[in-house]
This record gives sequence, C-alpha cells and structure tokens, in this order.
Amino acid sequence: MQALVNLARAFLQIGAFSFGGGYAMIPLLREQVEKYGWLTEGEFFDIIGISEMTPGPVAINFATFIGFKVGGFWGSALATGCVILVPVILVLILARLFSAYEDVPWVKRILQGLRPATIALIASALLFVGKGAFLDAKSLIIAGIAGILLQRGLHPVLTLIVGATLGVVLY
Amino acid sequence: MLGKLFLIFLQIGAFTFGGGYAMVPLIQREVCTKQGWLTDQDFLNCLALAQSAPGPLAINTAAYIGYRLRGTAGALVAVLGAALPSFAIIIVVASFFNRFATLAPVQAAFRGMRPAIFMLMAYAVASLGKKTLHDKFSIIVAMMSLGLLLLGLPTFVVLILAGTIGYVRGGKRDASSS
Repeated sequence: MQALVNLARAFLQIGAFSFGGGYAMIPLLREQVEKYGWLTEGEFFDIIGISEMTPGPVAINFATFIGFKVGGFWGSALATGCVILVPVILVLILARLFSAYEDVPWVKRILQGLRPATIALIASALLFVGKGAFLDAKSLIIAGIAGILLQRGLHPVLTLIVGATLGVVLY
Repeated sequence: MLGKLFLIFLQIGAFTFGGGYAMVPLIQREVCTKQGWLTDQDFLNCLALAQSAPGPLAINTAAYIGYRLRGTAGALVAVLGAALPSFAIIIVVASFFNRFATLAPVQAAFRGMRPAIFMLMAYAVASLGKKTLHDKFSIIVAMMSLGLLLLGLPTFVVLILAGTIGYVRGGKRDASSS
C-alpha cells in the first residue's frame, strides 16, 4: 500500500513540474527513481531507449513501466493517471479562460506574438530530429522518398510505415 | 463526434515517434485539413497554450483540442486516446521483452522512420509558416524565438517573451491608429 502511495505522489509531482515536456522531465524522474530505488541504472537507460523506439510521450512510458514494476497493471494505471492529472487540469483551466477571453483585444495581441513563436518551437524540434535522422546517404534517400510520397498526398502514418520498411531493407 | 475524436487521438498516440512535436503534422492533417474542426490559426493558439502548462505536449494538446471541440468530455476522450497506445505497448514490453529496443530489425525500422518523421515535420513547419508568417513582424518574432531556443533558453521563457512582444506592439499600433 505504502509503495502505491509513494508511486502516486512521485508521479503527481513529476507531472506537475515537467515544463518543456518530454526529456525535460528526465532529471525529475531520476530524482524520484533514486529516492525509492525503483530501477537500476541500466533499467533507467533501457527505458529511455524503449521510449525512443515506441510511440507516445516519454512521461507515459516511464509511468507505465515503473508502475508495472511496483504494482502490476493497476500500478501502471495509477502512475500514468497521476502523471497526466495535473497537466490536464491546468490545460482545462487555461482552455476555459481562453474561450472566455479569446476576443479580448489584449489576448489577441499576445496571441499574435505567440503564434510565430510556436512555429519557431516546431522548427527547433525539427532541427533536433534532423540531427538524429541524417547520419548517412541512405537516410537522405529515405527522406527524398518520404518527401515525394507526402507531396502526392500519402497519409502521414503510411509514410512513416514506408520509412520503417525502407529502414529494415536498407540497414 | 466523441468516437471520432477518440479514434483520431488514438492514431496520433500510436504514431508519435520522436517526441511531442512529431505529432504536430498528424494533428494538423486530421483536425484542420480533413475534419475542418479547427482553423490553422486556432490550432497554433491551441499549441501555444498547451505548451504553457507542464506535462507531455501530446497529452496537453489532446486535452485542449478535445475541450475546444466537445468540452470536458471531449478532453477526457482525447487524452485517453492519446495515452492508451503507449500505455498498452509499455505494458507488453514490461511483461514480455525487456530487451525489445536492442533487437536489430527494430533498430533498423526506427532508423528508417526518422528521416520520414523529419520530412513530415518539415511539411508542417512550411504549411503553418506560410499561413502565419505573412508580415515582417511575425517573421522577426519567429526568427528571434528560434534563435533563443537554439541558444538553449527554456520554452516557457521564449513564449512569455513572444507574448509580451505581441502585446506591446499591438498596444503601439492601437495608439497610432486612434
């Protein structure tokens, strides 16, 4: 029981303080993992590896994995629920405020600054992904094929599957 | 619509490899282009606000878009959809094969997927950029923000700065036009 309470408390805290999303919460996670001894050093890095290889937010991956070790399926459900609880509540509050104030002139002005900044955020993520993606000539070929497929209107998910298939064939 | 919302975010959750921003093209296509539920401007507003809160971007965006379309129920359905695939996959990984990530074919598949992810995101940046960066002001703000992000400034600091600039500049324009 105490183990589950610790689990819930730790993941509530991780969710509430992981600004910047994704890998920004790794230091917070390490702190809690070391405090309770949930994972060995090797396991910790294994999960980071698995997170890169599987879809979905890193936070959810860690919560599910550690939760499973501590309390099986329900441990997973508890930790995952806790890690997203605070963010979801905050987003709902923001959403409610925003729909009430959307047409207020000063909110509009702020959004005029935020929209270009958001594009910059996506662009900087793009550069980060590019650094890990283009390591050899083969990756340029895959990118070229993916570009042509996207241009022709292929569904993004199918494009990813084509990329994965090419990866298995070429590497 | 709730069912469709769930399925769309389930799909998004299942295919967001490479971090939160990799799902931007997927959401844009499903929610803006195909369903026409949001305009690109609305979508960018959603992203800007979703990343002002702590937590995973995919979850926050799901919550925000779900709320915008169908209130609290919409938010819950979208979050559930976005979280479920990785939850299920990790349960399987945790119970059966710990060493899944080190299998050679799995690694090859992901190496192949990365350039495809890059192209997807590049398309999203280009299409959103074309619609939003149509005056000197927004281009300058975008360039400045990108520069600061590359220098390693935290996301929320850059967002606060950009919001402040938008506010100040709008205020000046109001004053000069009246």
